[in-house]
Amino acid sequence: MGKRVLVIEDEPNIIEAISFILSRDGWTVHTHADGETANNKIKAMPPDLIILDVMLPGKSGFDILRDLRADGETHEIPVLMLTARGQTRDREMAERLGVTQFMTKPFSNAEVIESVRTLVAD
Amino acid sequence: MPQRQLTGSRIRERRTDLGIKQSELAEKVGISASYLNLIEHNRRRIGGKLLNSLAREMKTDPSSLVEGAETALLDQLREAAAADRAAGAELGRTEDFAGRFTGWSNLVVRQARRINDLETRVKALTDRLAHDPQLATSLHEVISSATSIRSASSILVGEEEVDRDWQRRFHRNIYEDSQRLADASRALVAYLDAPSDEGSVAMSPQEEVEAYLDAQSFHLPYLEGDGTPQHAPTLRSKAASSLLSEFRRVYKEDVQAMPLDDFSASAMELNHDPALLADRFRVSLSAAMRRLATLPVDLGHPEFGLVILDGSGTILIQKQITGFGLPRSAVCPLWPAFRAFTQPMQPIRRDVQLPVEGGGRFRCFAIASPVGPASFDAPPTLEVTMLVRAIAPSGQPADPVGVACRVCSRSGCRTRREPSILNEAPN
Repeated sequence: MGKRVLVIEDEPNIIEAISFILSRDGWTVHTHADGETANNKIKAMPPDLIILDVMLPGKSGFDILRDLRADGETHEIPVLMLTARGQTRDREMAERLGVTQFMTKPFSNAEVIESVRTLVAD
Repeated sequence: MPQRQLTGSRIRERRTDLGIKQSELAEKVGISASYLNLIEHNRRRIGGKLLNSLAREMKTDPSSLVEGAETALLDQLREAAAADRAAGAELGRTEDFAGRFTGWSNLVVRQARRINDLETRVKALTDRLAHDPQLATSLHEVISSATSIRSASSILVGEEEVDRDWQRRFHRNIYEDSQRLADASRALVAYLDAPSDEGSVAMSPQEEVEAYLDAQSFHLPYLEGDGTPQHAPTLRSKAASSLLSEFRRVYKEDVQAMPLDDFSASAMELNHDPALLADRFRVSLSAAMRRLATLPVDLGHPEFGLVILDGSGTILIQKQITGFGLPRSAVCPLWPAFRAFTQPMQPIRRDVQLPVEGGGRFRCFAIASPVGPASFDAPPTLEVTMLVRAIAPSGQPADPVGVACRVCSRSGCRTRREPSILNEAPN
């Protein structure tokens, strides 16, 4: 079984596309669409990488990242953050909170796969 | 060019421009020609009813004749200089410049104001792009749809085989997302094409309301009667219209409690004392102060300024008074209004002195009152009403105050927040 990637995103068609390309690349993909319960989901089954959207219902990607980094069980999980807002201050905020990589939408499939491969090095 | 010399000179200039003889004008306003001559040569002070009468006979605004008009112009010129210190305006010669080149001075002030308005507008537009929830939602929808379409279509056109079930799903997704993209694009275009509300962008809602009220001298004749208002103006922005609506509601209540004819006569009789008027009409002191500020000067009443602030010190409403030049923000913390905040419900009456030679003395009445109903569960929210009236300079003590630190020449002030652009004068 391939390494686990958790996609936290609320757009079902984006989830489907990312799941498809990562599964085809050999990753085991889990998905979650609700910000409020995302940290519980992560703790219940810590993945090898999290792909995290910023604008989520219930709790923003920034808040999820902050809680993730504050928790000893999850603070080392690499996070690839996806956002439709590419403003400098969003990028700076993500970096302050400890994001591993920041990617703006619309991204290309090749970029996502390359980043995932890089961030989850053997 | 002492400022106090200007009022008489202006009256003389206006009269000669109109080709009216001194004796004719004197007769029309009920004074002797020799007295008018003394006024015109700045040997007698003038104000109140006589000034209003002279202005009316010469078909001009009283404020254009009084000396305080120069104070306001000078303050505005200094503000303009402060906004661009690198230009090196000769601040020490501001009065000379304003006196010799009034038209040019007005042009400088107008252009400085225009620059300020444009900068405010640019900032508002920038904020709108960054924070407008409607715009953010539309853009998010567009980008999300585009992301999904790009990703799905890349899968379909890629070199790797995709089975038929997945092909159908991605085709359906692309179709759905293209519909979303079309809808979101239309919404975005409609939003960006909407008529721009320039006024609301250039001005805050409070400034828009004040611009309207200033044009009416804060007196709204259509609300003075008993009947329904015949004329209910609307302002450009909804926020400003809402604020004006609230102002009119309070104005109407004040009119009902203090009808114009009765209040005007009582104000004359009681020397415009807000406490005595509040007692006579059985209204709150703040209501009496508001009502005094709406009395028309052409009925012979003195000019009043009015400032209403909330607990944060933010000015909610202000009516300008000649010679004080009330700013909208960064005001002097020595105003009696702020003293009132420390003693809620205690009326405050203080004479204050601006750092202006030959004038700049005002009497301020202020009171901090709770807003809204009392609650066991929350502290009261206070609002201060301050009424301002010009008084003659005298040897009596007065609180030294300023308008705003930046244009205040007072030295050694313990409340100074920022350096002055002026040469500081002794306290």
